[in-house]
Amino acid sequence: MAETSATAPGMHPVDSSRRDFLIFAASGAAVVGAALAAWPFIDSMEPSADTLALSSIEVDIKAIVDGQRVTVAWRGKPVFIDHRTKDEIDAARKVDVAELRDPQKDEDRVKKPEWLIMVGICTHLGCVPLGQKPGDPKGEFAGWFCPCHGSQYDTSGRIRKGPAPRNLEVPLYTFLTDTSVKIG
Amino acid sequence: MTDHAFKNGAVRWIDSRLPVFSILYHSTSGYPTPKNLNYWWNFGSLALFMLVVMVLTGIFLAMNYTPESTMAFNSVERIMRDVDYGWLLRYMHANGASFFFFVVYVHIFRGLYYGSYKAPRELLWWLGLIIYILMMATAFMGYVLPWGQMSFWGATVITNLFSAIPWVGNAITTWLWGGFAVGNPTLNRFFSLHYLLPFVIFAVVGLHLWALHTSKSSNPLGIDPKGPQDTIPFHPYYTVKDLFGVGILVCVYAFFVFFAPNFFGEPDNYIPANPLVTPNHIVPEWYLVAFYAMLRSIPNKLAGVLVLAAALLILFLVPFLDTSRVRSGKFRPVYKQFFFLFLIDFGVLIYVGMQEVSDTMVVIGRVATAYYFLFFLVIMPLLGWFEKTKPLPISISAPVLKPENAQVKKQEKA
Repeated sequence: MAETSATAPGMHPVDSSRRDFLIFAASGAAVVGAALAAWPFIDSMEPSADTLALSSIEVDIKAIVDGQRVTVAWRGKPVFIDHRTKDEIDAARKVDVAELRDPQKDEDRVKKPEWLIMVGICTHLGCVPLGQKPGDPKGEFAGWFCPCHGSQYDTSGRIRKGPAPRNLEVPLYTFLTDTSVKIG
Repeated sequence: MTDHAFKNGAVRWIDSRLPVFSILYHSTSGYPTPKNLNYWWNFGSLALFMLVVMVLTGIFLAMNYTPESTMAFNSVERIMRDVDYGWLLRYMHANGASFFFFVVYVHIFRGLYYGSYKAPRELLWWLGLIIYILMMATAFMGYVLPWGQMSFWGATVITNLFSAIPWVGNAITTWLWGGFAVGNPTLNRFFSLHYLLPFVIFAVVGLHLWALHTSKSSNPLGIDPKGPQDTIPFHPYYTVKDLFGVGILVCVYAFFVFFAPNFFGEPDNYIPANPLVTPNHIVPEWYLVAFYAMLRSIPNKLAGVLVLAAALLILFLVPFLDTSRVRSGKFRPVYKQFFFLFLIDFGVLIYVGMQEVSDTMVVIGRVATAYYFLFFLVIMPLLGWFEKTKPLPISISAPVLKPENAQVKKQEKA
């Protein structure tokens, strides 16, 4: 087509490099424009302002006795609060950190040794591990056992066996008083 | 496309302006179909029938369903108890998903056995696979809508597959959920997409049929029709045969809808969703469970997800992996055996995926996963070189006609 119009009588010869430039510039602008127009649609699926606003909770931990594990809801997710016994703390600190899949010292996972606070979501595919209730299976390491795909966590919530890649996540939290903790 | 002379003047008037009647004619009475199709060729039309059933029941269910996390579960119970024939619509829809997948699986395995993916039908095969993947997405999101325990935790596990992607995984899951866990925003968008995707499937089915009517139907012998003597018009011969198939399907389907409506379901899904408690045994619906079994048998998270994705994507490569020149498994004695082993293997994967995690199941799952990939990546390419295939008949008519009749046929032709 370009050749035909270039040689048509009464017309200026077409500068094809100029025409190519115009086509590339115009299509480039169209692609960028389409991407920009798509952004609001994609971004509308992100957590909305009201969802983000529900970011912290305060929990009264006075009633949680030694050795008891309690689950609270934070941002729609379960948070495990474990009032650990002396034995559990010792067991967690005895482990050789270098052998762990996700090496982390127990000391770095807690603010007070007797209070272990973690997001109760298996880092494999998001199930809630068992071990919070007295009768639950706790796995070989006396911590938590995920029923979905068999991941096992120790008394520090560190991954020891099974498909999960990381330790149970420790959320941001602060002790407001000795008996009250703010999560988030 | 040659124009067909319609008798009716009004039809001619419309057709010359918008050739709907021509298109209809060329895909029915004017569509030459191999005359040797067996009953395995019924399953394409059965799949279309199930798609229509799903869309129809779905539209009417949506009139009474509330996609809101505090009301969804109760709105489904209201459909079951208070809405006139609500129970029927819901049971038809829930069991319909199983039947839709069942006929589609038969359709896919038929294609694998008879080599329906080979030239010139590669695009036809790929379009079918796109439909299959869209169906999985649609079924998964539909299963979330009743907002029971299995809905919630199924949604959690499957969306968490994306968290295995390095670096951006967690950002992607947060974006998919519209929050920090599966919740009301997730339910809302799943409802929206669950309503949309079936219509996308319809569009791809249109392309699938278009490609089919361009490359024409394959057949059990896997050889091309040599001329009109090898074909019959689709309508009325195959429309009536397909309708007969629909009749059989509806009988079985109705049995489950009326007498065992919860056979395919999980009792846990009648417990309202609870984000703080995971059911002891999460199991996907049977039609997705084979791939879930592969995921579970891999000890590494990212590797498991990659294997799951590869198991689906590898199907797209089948037209290139199969190097044999013979289409039909009928003439491939060795392929036939590996194919049936593959069929059993897929059944084993389904079984393993439904069991609770144990060391034995993991081992069986690994063996079955290994064979799944071995079949496509090693056996298919090698058989093309090493297999001694049986001789192909000279035409579709030849094997059924006695020699003297074949002779007569030839004289007629001449």
